[in-house]
Amino acid sequence: MFALDIKGLTKTYKSGTKALHGIDLQVKQGDFFALLGPNGAGKSTTIGIISSLVNKTSGEVNIFEYSLASQMESAKACIGLVPQEFNFNQFETLLQIMLNQAGYYGVPRSVAKPRAEKYLKQLDLWEKRNSAARTLSGGMKRRLMIARALMHEPRMLILDEPTAGVDIEIRRSMWTFLKAINEQGVTIILTTHYLEEAEMLCRNIAIIDKGVIVKNTSMKSLLATLNVETFVFDLSENVSSLNLSGFDYRLIDDHTLEVDVHKEANLNTVFEQLTEQRIHVLSMRNKSNRLEELFVRLVESGRNPVTGEIANG
Amino acid sequence: MANRNFVALRTIWIKECTRFLRIWVQTLLPPAITMSLYFVIFGNLIGSRIGQMGGFSYMEFIVPGLIMMAVITNSYSNVCSSFYSAKFQHNIEEMLVAPVPNWVIIAGFVGGGVARALLIGIIVTSVSLFFVDIKIHNLAFIIITLILTAVLFATAGLINAIFANSFDDISIIPTFILTPLTYLGGVFYSLSMLPELWQWVSKANPIVYMVNGFRYGFLGVSDVNQYVSLGLLIGFNVILLSVAYSLINRGVGIRS
Repeated sequence: MFALDIKGLTKTYKSGTKALHGIDLQVKQGDFFALLGPNGAGKSTTIGIISSLVNKTSGEVNIFEYSLASQMESAKACIGLVPQEFNFNQFETLLQIMLNQAGYYGVPRSVAKPRAEKYLKQLDLWEKRNSAARTLSGGMKRRLMIARALMHEPRMLILDEPTAGVDIEIRRSMWTFLKAINEQGVTIILTTHYLEEAEMLCRNIAIIDKGVIVKNTSMKSLLATLNVETFVFDLSENVSSLNLSGFDYRLIDDHTLEVDVHKEANLNTVFEQLTEQRIHVLSMRNKSNRLEELFVRLVESGRNPVTGEIANG
Repeated sequence: MANRNFVALRTIWIKECTRFLRIWVQTLLPPAITMSLYFVIFGNLIGSRIGQMGGFSYMEFIVPGLIMMAVITNSYSNVCSSFYSAKFQHNIEEMLVAPVPNWVIIAGFVGGGVARALLIGIIVTSVSLFFVDIKIHNLAFIIITLILTAVLFATAGLINAIFANSFDDISIIPTFILTPLTYLGGVFYSLSMLPELWQWVSKANPIVYMVNGFRYGFLGVSDVNQYVSLGLLIGFNVILLSVAYSLINRGVGIRS
């Protein structure tokens, strides 16, 4: 069974902007799924339609086989949404926000109270339960939105940039929490600008650009398509020129060398050639995250290099 | 499903009541002070020189109108500001994402406005007891008129908030339409005091029927037929509730 099944979804805003050009997307039950794309690609519109905040123009959305058009309330009951913008009442306390959320989903108070305690404790917010939401830090507000989305124990959790503006320590604790939720059987759909986050958490991935899905595959097979990785070498001496046969390379400055290494090439050969030329390497690192490199290539390959327009859009 | 809707309705209603009770200095205290001033100035100081109106002391005459004025203003402003704030802070999305039917959202917000209006009605009535002995001609008529008026103006406030795009938009209608219509709605005078032409003009003002219907419940006198008042109130309620339901269903002002 698909947790999410989208067919031919289009959206044209009143302004005439076409945000989605008939996308098809399936997410399997229990999946941890990444929906990536540059700003304005259509991620938030897609999530908005799934969560009923945006009216679709045409197409079909099914959530756990419930049609969002004809079985809206059953479909909505399956979803927990963590939106990009803070959308709770800033003047209410955390406990009020949690209990109200449960109430909207028909969860009785007797069930909601212990559940609010459970999730506020798990997300390290219990001490703040009687504070107004406006007094929380940015990281706490993000965690509150995750806790709130779990109050009705949804079968699918949609997170739109959940870790934006959150420090690395909290981000990592949120990743651990989300992994645990996913292991309990909750399907998770994630949009993020931190591609490292998607690479670490998600099993499957769709890349959307200009309202079109440009790639929809497993994370493993996507990363396997990466033929070339760029390595950055920090050199111990001033180097004005060098020669590396069989490799594309650039001297960024007299202490920094960038080398493109094909998947089948042997990295030792680079070191051997540098050693022969009496150039010593102090350290070495990947130029960028692997997924980031693929993402940029995929998005750019579909576009006209001059206008930036997508070829099949 | 019915139980889920009931829990959701109760949640929205309690949230609304908690909101106006939390800020009671802004919501409950001002009408009590304003109405006390009306009673002192118009009822006691000026009223004693006006003499009788419709066979009652001026103070007795204006009490039902003043209660109704407070009910109209507060039911309208409660829903208008609460719903617009929910739009402004985006927390209306909490309800839109959840499986809450649209009629439950309307009933919850309108119910909150009615609760505040009734509470204000009780406060103003209690304040008036310091100045006059209230007569009750028909209690059922008072209660029905009060509730229908509160529902009507709470719904009107909701429609205002649905269309509002700024805080200015939620103050324009109360300031430029609601307040003049209320003051010209026979709160402080009997229509029979006006020239015939202005009596007819006044009868185009719906608030005249609400004030007079309510006054009938207390004093047994009215410038218009009390059953016409009741019929109009029911008719306006059906129209405005239908409009509000249609707007929310289409997502006007709340969905893109």
